[in-house]
Amino acid sequence: MSEDNNSKGLLGWIDARFPLTKMYEEHLGKYYAPKNFNFWYFFGSLALLVLVLQIVTGIFLTMHYKPDGDLAFKSVEHIMRDVDWGWLIRYLHSTGASAFFIVVYLHMFRALLYGSYQKPRELIWLFGMFIFLALMAEAFMGYLLPWGQMSYWGAQVIISLFGAVPIVGDELTLWIRGDFVVSDATLNRFFALHVVAVPIVLLMLVVMHIIALHEVGSNNPDGIDIKKTKDANGVPLDGIAFHPYYSVKDLVGVVVFLILFSVVVFFMPEMGGYFLEHANFVPANQFKTPEHIAPVWYFTPFYAILRAVPDKLLGVIAMFSAIVVLFLLPWFDRGKVRSIRYRSTSFKWLLAMLVVSFVGLGYLGALPATGTRTLFAQIFSVGYFGFFVGLWFISKNEVTKPVPERVR
Amino acid sequence: MSSDDTDSNRRRFLTAATLVVGAVGTVAVAVPFLSSWSPSARARTAGAPVQADISKLEPGQLIIVKWRGKPVWVVRRDEAALATLPEVTGQLRDPDSASSNQPVYATNEYRTRKPEYLIMEGICTHLGCSPTYQPEITADFQGGFFCPCHGSKFDFAGRVYQGVPAPLNLPVPPHYYISDGVILIGEDGVA
Repeated sequence: MSEDNNSKGLLGWIDARFPLTKMYEEHLGKYYAPKNFNFWYFFGSLALLVLVLQIVTGIFLTMHYKPDGDLAFKSVEHIMRDVDWGWLIRYLHSTGASAFFIVVYLHMFRALLYGSYQKPRELIWLFGMFIFLALMAEAFMGYLLPWGQMSYWGAQVIISLFGAVPIVGDELTLWIRGDFVVSDATLNRFFALHVVAVPIVLLMLVVMHIIALHEVGSNNPDGIDIKKTKDANGVPLDGIAFHPYYSVKDLVGVVVFLILFSVVVFFMPEMGGYFLEHANFVPANQFKTPEHIAPVWYFTPFYAILRAVPDKLLGVIAMFSAIVVLFLLPWFDRGKVRSIRYRSTSFKWLLAMLVVSFVGLGYLGALPATGTRTLFAQIFSVGYFGFFVGLWFISKNEVTKPVPERVR
Repeated sequence: MSSDDTDSNRRRFLTAATLVVGAVGTVAVAVPFLSSWSPSARARTAGAPVQADISKLEPGQLIIVKWRGKPVWVVRRDEAALATLPEVTGQLRDPDSASSNQPVYATNEYRTRKPEYLIMEGICTHLGCSPTYQPEITADFQGGFFCPCHGSKFDFAGRVYQGVPAPLNLPVPPHYYISDGVILIGEDGVA
């Protein structure tokens, strides 16, 4: 901090050389968050917790794992059977992957409920979407590493998606795999990306996400700008310091989360084949595709959209569009009122349609495709995209309830 | 010229020139890194042609030969299987293999050199799964190959049916007969 700061001793010495107190105040001690956060606001800090968990367990897994087509599957079994507590570290990591997506999906839904993506928080939303994208890449590449049947064929299918690109498609998939099929070369590069490249990108994006958030300030369940009403010291009347108020409150969320998380880790780490798929307990076999291929649950909504379209290129376009429209959400919503509490009934119906479609797609994407299921997947896909189109139309002249001046 | 005067034209030119040179350098440096992802010399060598003994194949039998790490099927089709080929033509997406991948000598109804033996890559043209062999001819399905991943169906010559996600017929690799009982997969040989 600057010369006029009172800090003395070691802290004063540091502050003259590094903005420690300044950073502490900006992000914790004097970061004023709205006082009306509800449980939906736990998921941001929980995502951070899971990120740390994944990095720590991941580092320890790399100490025993071997990224080699001949050794990978055996080294994972070695971790599970021979390494002291290896099973725990691996189950923490595999359960952590699913927990990450649960937390992130709920975190994103919170933004939909309270309009947290709206002006002036578009960049927070965009950084968040890039985090989501990096997370999907991270999860996909991590899933290849155990080198089981589902690892292998899942990667084969996803990489083949790029083959739908006109003209250069085949060359592109050859380049990604580094071989004519998914092979040792593919495994090795995915390992490098999974443990080094993508985590660095993820961490950078998380920092940018938080800096952008602390620049404009947190939204809240009422969707009101708390900076409009400040006291004599310039502190928002409806704001409370992140530390100690929310750091302590978030601890409650952490405890509840860890209880649920532990139940899964210790009693149902495979989650009936949803977190760790049964076919992945069989070593990769490049000559035999499993009877039924399904991605891990967090990808199934997008996979169901891919399958709903009976054309390769159009299916791939539809799947990627499902993610692109999320990026554009702040511009699809032309409304001025943020929170669902004061938005129109049509908004609530649209949001309900999105939730039903997304969950429905997720359910269908995990099952083998049949005629009826494909029809339902098509209906839900229309529902999914319909939310964004509908939002664009209804938000222009939306009839909303009066928004209060101060939070309730 | 006094030290206070800045020649902004000169400054702009130098900035632009530095940027351009820097960009060219960045692209040049990126080439080796990006190229390192291409199949290595070892992976390419492993893509060399392979021989397969087909003299012991029973009618209707399928064997898998590994070529370029891919499963290549060799099927000895019986009369019943061959008889289905003209019947299903109307239900196929590309019955004449006009837009599919195969050597010239396999661009025919049987998609092979000798009608009895089908040599084909067992990789679905949709998303790369390996279809399963369905030798039984039933009222519902005239036999052929079925991809469990996304439900694509192919006839006994690997030609794709309409209304399934796979866009093209299964590819036929280059191959020729060294002798009556031995084929070489991966080379066209002399016609």
